[in-house]
Amino acid sequence: MKKSPEESYQERIGRIYDAIQLKVPDRVPIYLGFGYFAAKYVGMSVEEAFYDLNKWFLANKKTIMEFKPDMYEGPDFKSGLVMEILGSKIVRWPGHGVSSSHTFQFVEGEYMKADEYDAFLDDPSDYIIRTYLPRVCKTLEPLKNLPPLWLFLYQDTPTALFAVFGNAEISAVLESLLKAGREAKKWVAAGEAFDKEMAELGFPTVGRTLAMAPFDVISAFFRGIRGSMLDIYRQPDKLLEAIEKITQWMIDATVATAKKSKIPRVLIPLHRGSDEFMSPKHFETFYWPSLKKLISGLVNAGLTPFIWFEGTYTTRLEYLTELPKGKVIGFFEKTDMIKAKEILGDIMCIGGGMPVSLLQVGTPQQIRKYAKKLIDKVGEGGGFVMSAGSALDEANPQLLKIWVDFTKQYGKYKR
Amino acid sequence: MKSKKQNAANLVELIADLNEEEALRIVKQKLDAGEDAIEILEMSRDALTIVGERFKNGEYFIPELVMAGEIFRKISELVKPKIKKAEIKRLGKVVIGTVQHDIHDLGKDIVKFMLEINGFEVHDLGVDVPPEKFVEAIKKIKPQVVGLSGLLTLAFESMKKTVEAIEKAGLRSKVKIMIGGAQVDEYILKYVGADAYGKNAMEAVELCKKWIGGGK
Repeated sequence: MKKSPEESYQERIGRIYDAIQLKVPDRVPIYLGFGYFAAKYVGMSVEEAFYDLNKWFLANKKTIMEFKPDMYEGPDFKSGLVMEILGSKIVRWPGHGVSSSHTFQFVEGEYMKADEYDAFLDDPSDYIIRTYLPRVCKTLEPLKNLPPLWLFLYQDTPTALFAVFGNAEISAVLESLLKAGREAKKWVAAGEAFDKEMAELGFPTVGRTLAMAPFDVISAFFRGIRGSMLDIYRQPDKLLEAIEKITQWMIDATVATAKKSKIPRVLIPLHRGSDEFMSPKHFETFYWPSLKKLISGLVNAGLTPFIWFEGTYTTRLEYLTELPKGKVIGFFEKTDMIKAKEILGDIMCIGGGMPVSLLQVGTPQQIRKYAKKLIDKVGEGGGFVMSAGSALDEANPQLLKIWVDFTKQYGKYKR
Repeated sequence: MKSKKQNAANLVELIADLNEEEALRIVKQKLDAGEDAIEILEMSRDALTIVGERFKNGEYFIPELVMAGEIFRKISELVKPKIKKAEIKRLGKVVIGTVQHDIHDLGKDIVKFMLEINGFEVHDLGVDVPPEKFVEAIKKIKPQVVGLSGLLTLAFESMKKTVEAIEKAGLRSKVKIMIGGAQVDEYILKYVGADAYGKNAMEAVELCKKWIGGGK
């Protein structure tokens, strides 16, 4: 008998949660994060995905309905127009600084200077509005001419104080914010509508709440990779102070966003903590304690973190045993999956490990062989979710289908 | 008073241990005392070789490379005005760049840094480098090795196109091509048609040593 969408939804999400709770589901669940794959799949440019909301919406609907994952991640609803209006310098998107047929890319820089930690720590909101935003968004440059924000304390002189918003350059900023805000609202609403429609069709989303490791926030958005790495040596205390402050904000903001979304799951992509980036000693000092606190904070608030361990974490696996048991899922990219299962099998659900390179340029035989190995070795006894090591933007559709079908067939657990 | 030799060992050690303040203080002291600027620069290079070794052995990571690069840059700034013409012996030439459509430079820069401190002359073409730019550079610079870098999966196609363009220009037999990037593996190597891939910057150095010489 054919299952109703509601039944399919329950079956799919049940599989994922069985795996997270380290139980054995009916078969290995499959989790797909498509990135901008859907654009190429239906024959639209990636640039269009940033401008044509409806077309992008339908492309993803078709993709998910055809590949039928147990849980999907994304798709991003990022508006090119919003970035245009704001004059965003921190992102290059298709047709705007990068090729129109590929995904967006970040432009890292030292957007916060080495000697600005105190300004940031003393008055973060003021720093972000008057110093940081003017640097990362061309349109917002005039905000640097606002008076210090604490000045708005003097409410007995509103006329004099608020006249600044009548200045031509500040007025222009406010108008841009209004325009950008209205456009952004449409795209955010589309993301929510998408997830709702997919749920009605039987497909669960991981959700759209995102958190970052506090060190990554500093490294990726504020100081840049080089700046943050120099800070480890030149001003470790300031760096740690900032990390500590950001950790609590991150917990509070993430819990609030997730509660509002009514989806109790949080994505945490990790960037700079891997074996390749820093020594175990630095990991122990600058990366792990705040990340652990963040994860525990989210778990304590009833949320399930979906953590992407980018790069290699093979030497870090012992640290991960400190995480709450059966409450998180860890996706790995280049980590030794067998070792991960060995060390973490009783602690957390393991996902990922399928090389995107294979799904892009491999042969069907290679893919089946690799997937079989993962299912046999890492899938044994449950607690495993099949997933690629990173986003599937450039995957070959035929190969993707072979991998998904094989997993659904071969991945059945014997009862 | 310490002997000159002890002092030299001390400077090499200070740089290799990333003791920035103390290293710079000693460099200034030496320059003020009229010591040979070229010698100071050579000591700094010796220190970087140690840094490279420690990176290879898994004692040092990216923060240490960035820091060592910074200290070296500062020392060079102090020393260079006192050097008329630096004659540096190089092992060979490498052309390197991040391939078309990818704008990430960290991996490339680390490989470049490691190659330089190991004695190679590196020509950096930057990021988002189209195949024809690589071909042009190979014609002009005549390197023994070409390094293609890319972080994103979209880089694989560009790497393949670059190798094809080099082939088409009749230059394929003149150069060894190595590729690298977080997602590069043996499958990608085969697809791209390069000669080898490196998992990290040290593997890139080993490849160049093997191909150009200067290795074991």
